[in-house]
Amino acid sequence: MKIHEYQARELFQKFGILFTQGKVASELGQAKAVAREIGFPVVLKAQVLVGGRGKAGGVKLAKNDAELEGAFKHIKGLIIKGYTVEQILVAAAVDIKKEYYLGITIDNARNDVVIIASSAGGVDIEEVAQKTPEKIQKFYLQGQKDIDLVRWPNFIKNIFEDPLAQEKGTAVFQNMLKTFWAYDCSLAEINPYIVDAKGTWYALDAKINFDDNALFRHPDLAVLRDMKSEDPDELEAKSCDLSFVKLDGNIGCIVNGAGLAMATLDVIKLLGGNPANFLDVGGSSNPEKVCNAMRIILKNSQVKAVLINIFGGITRCDDIAKGIIEAGKRMTIRVPLVVRLTGTNEEEGVALLRQEKFTTYSSMREAVSQVVSLAK
Amino acid sequence: MSILIDQNTKLLVQGITGRDGSFHTEKMLEYGTKVVAGVTPGKGGQDVFGVPVFNSVAEAREKTGANTAVIYVPAKFAKEAILEDIRVGVELIICITEGVPVLDMVEVMKVLKGSKSRLIGPNCPGLISPGKSKVGIMPGHIHKQGPIGVLSRSGTLTYEVVWNLTLAGLGQSTCVGLGGDPIVGMRFVDLLELFMKDPETKAIVMVGEIGGEDEQFAAEYIKKNATKPIVSFIAGKTAPPGKRMGHAGAIISSGNSTAAAKVEILRGAGVTVVDFPDEIPQILSEKLNLSFQKVI
Repeated sequence: MKIHEYQARELFQKFGILFTQGKVASELGQAKAVAREIGFPVVLKAQVLVGGRGKAGGVKLAKNDAELEGAFKHIKGLIIKGYTVEQILVAAAVDIKKEYYLGITIDNARNDVVIIASSAGGVDIEEVAQKTPEKIQKFYLQGQKDIDLVRWPNFIKNIFEDPLAQEKGTAVFQNMLKTFWAYDCSLAEINPYIVDAKGTWYALDAKINFDDNALFRHPDLAVLRDMKSEDPDELEAKSCDLSFVKLDGNIGCIVNGAGLAMATLDVIKLLGGNPANFLDVGGSSNPEKVCNAMRIILKNSQVKAVLINIFGGITRCDDIAKGIIEAGKRMTIRVPLVVRLTGTNEEEGVALLRQEKFTTYSSMREAVSQVVSLAK
Repeated sequence: MSILIDQNTKLLVQGITGRDGSFHTEKMLEYGTKVVAGVTPGKGGQDVFGVPVFNSVAEAREKTGANTAVIYVPAKFAKEAILEDIRVGVELIICITEGVPVLDMVEVMKVLKGSKSRLIGPNCPGLISPGKSKVGIMPGHIHKQGPIGVLSRSGTLTYEVVWNLTLAGLGQSTCVGLGGDPIVGMRFVDLLELFMKDPETKAIVMVGEIGGEDEQFAAEYIKKNATKPIVSFIAGKTAPPGKRMGHAGAIISSGNSTAAAKVEILRGAGVTVVDFPDEIPQILSEKLNLSFQKVI
């Protein structure tokens, strides 16, 4: 789960990290009030859950009321990578003398939490990593929760030159780590962390992602979820315990298991078709799930045919067949349906569907060929 | 032979009294797996399909000599279940549970590193040595004993691949599902090493997917050490970047973790990568015949 910059700022602030003054606004009047309170110049920043907002014109500086109004009207309603800007962060603008990148994430290959820092902050860190990898320093926690102060000085002095800055940087990392563990983050990032002309240190931008698997431990985070930024069909699927991702083709797919679902999409593409979605009905074989899956898929008016590809393991083919028959009773299935059933209770499932005049396939390639020709 | 499990495997089931645990205990018993103990704290003294239930892993191990543990407990208890096995010295731990927090796994991996235990999973279907032992949730009847080692990051896609093998008359030595999470215990390289050493395994099928770097590490290993033919399929060629495709690990985050990049790296290491899962048996037969001819 991702949250907005202003929400990430608030979480980091709780753990003692100093940001420039700022507040989020969704109306021009609010934005003006915030600017009056903190004083011009201010920077207006679009709050969207995707990167690249600066390049898209979502960040603007304002020195007075008139500029603020112009900037606000430009950013509000701007569409960045498909997401409409609803909220804008208004924050004090500062004279940046130097910018740094500070981040914490999980290195999956090394099974460890890693601190990443760079003295080339303020820009896209993945670009820095590609072009000038020597400007990026990594510090592995080696299974500990805190910074190992024996190894640490070598790391931090590669980022910050003077001892006072090293001290500041260390304190910020310690507070970021507390945030990271307290909320089961998968990413905690401050980019940039800056020093201004007067020698004051501030965090200017914040990004936090949470591990979806750990959200059960943090019911307080639920209010931070921005429903408007998520696809309504994907949200509905999630509430039905289905894993669903919308794609741009015309073949609806219902598959059991994520790997088989991905492979099914690949085979559809290879045989000349175009999948409309990824949908994993999961391991259990509740007929209700098939009905829900069918309803969500048929909402997409582009869908011209539906493929159901099931390899029964824990999922029983007869339960899937019952779900298909039940779905046919509850709703009008306006497109042809291609069903492939193999595995646990295959004979029972196939028999049930044959009674209802469905054609079934036992090979994945045959079923995919059939659905691709029907969707053309 | 086979790897990791065989007819001598003595299995204990953590979470045996739960819905999933009891269901799969029955299936494993039907397959012929020696399920010797179950563990559910507070339910010691009961039995499930004739398998005695104990309050702790230590007790179960002491009374039954179990050397392998399979975990079906809910995600929030999975970390403790794995740590309990490691503390007691269980040799092989298979965690089926889906949805384990990633930072819990960071903690587990730290403890595992200094121990004698091996971990498969979490979020995996388990493993099976056909005709000998099945530990996990895969349908037993689609497998057949034989010379092909199968390793995969997926569940049902593994069944698809295995079923194609079985239909073509190619049996399997051991099939292992490593799990779809970003952090899992044993990875491709660990399994490839075991398969290379196993005399029964003549060829290997590796099923990978988008996300992570495991296929890249496997390619490095294969380049230097492979002595047996390897055929691979990589799922997720059509996956949009940044989207989680069901598996938490299946998200494309860097250029190197796309399906296309993995296919290229594996081909560079001498692996035959197929476009369709049903092409695997044909290619394996060719490769095996070739190596048989060499021997003759």
